Amino acid sequence: MIAHAIFFYTFSIIAVVSAIMVTASKNTVHSVFFLILDFISISCLFIMIGAEFLGMIMLIVYVGAVAVLFLFVVMMLNVAQQKNQWFAGQSTSKHIPVGLIISTLIFFEIIIVIGGWKYKPEIFDINNSLANTSVSNTHSLGQILYTDYIHVFQISGMILLVAMIGAIVLTFRQRSGVKRQSYINQISRERAEGVEVLEVQSNKGVKIDD
Amino acid sequence: MIDIGLGHYLTLGAVIFSIGVIGIFLNRKNIIVILMSIELILLAVNINLVAFSIYLGDLAGQVFTLFILTVAAAEAAIGLAIIVVYFRNSGTIRVEEIDKLKG
Repeated sequence: MIAHAIFFYTFSIIAVVSAIMVTASKNTVHSVFFLILDFISISCLFIMIGAEFLGMIMLIVYVGAVAVLFLFVVMMLNVAQQKNQWFAGQSTSKHIPVGLIISTLIFFEIIIVIGGWKYKPEIFDINNSLANTSVSNTHSLGQILYTDYIHVFQISGMILLVAMIGAIVLTFRQRSGVKRQSYINQISRERAEGVEVLEVQSNKGVKIDD
Repeated sequence: MIDIGLGHYLTLGAVIFSIGVIGIFLNRKNIIVILMSIELILLAVNINLVAFSIYLGDLAGQVFTLFILTVAAAEAAIGLAIIVVYFRNSGTIRVEEIDKLKG
């Protein structure tokens, strides 16, 4: 139990500090690195409380894909030149107290809800996808994901497909004035348009490309 | 303090959620950091769902966390694509210079 507490506090302190650094860091590349640290510590928490599959999926999806995508865009857009301009404009300073007040209000509202939380005893009877403790987390998750939630699962696949096509359509551009190899033109060339047989007269030669 | 329960995880989720909201409000730098704050908010929601799922013994929370993960990945891809297109067209992604809608 004490080991649980030690690990929980360690990982959650790392997570909170790195979340603060994501928003407060001057350099955007550092923000992305702190975001990666945040995801890693939260996935350690997930693995610790028994949701191993989600912890591993968090590592793969967030750290392996999303954060690297962020890093890629940050480096591609060359925003490093703006790194010393945190809170630069004078006109922006009036947003800061409002933002702080609203965020603190949201935080205390959530805390009040958590503090007054009591379970009804019936809640343990009404849930229908109870965790089967005899098999592993991944096994039991797969057992209900592919049976009870199969339609939602397929719809999430469609969402990913739409996102992929949307990202490609948004960022695709056709440049004009660039010479490209065209396979269909190369293959479908006929002899008549490629070769011309000329009658060469003596002392006159042949004129090319007139 | 030593006995870690559901409330600890919910508090951690609340703290990270509030940090994400603060990040959206206070950010004046570039719009990528706003997208990262949205990721933080989704992460806080995931913490809440997983904590409830474990402590109630109900796997539905973890299934929904999986779907939130899917939607978050799609949202990041689309958002970053929009940012790339905007940067290509207007040459800036600073938050205070994005005022084409005159909002």
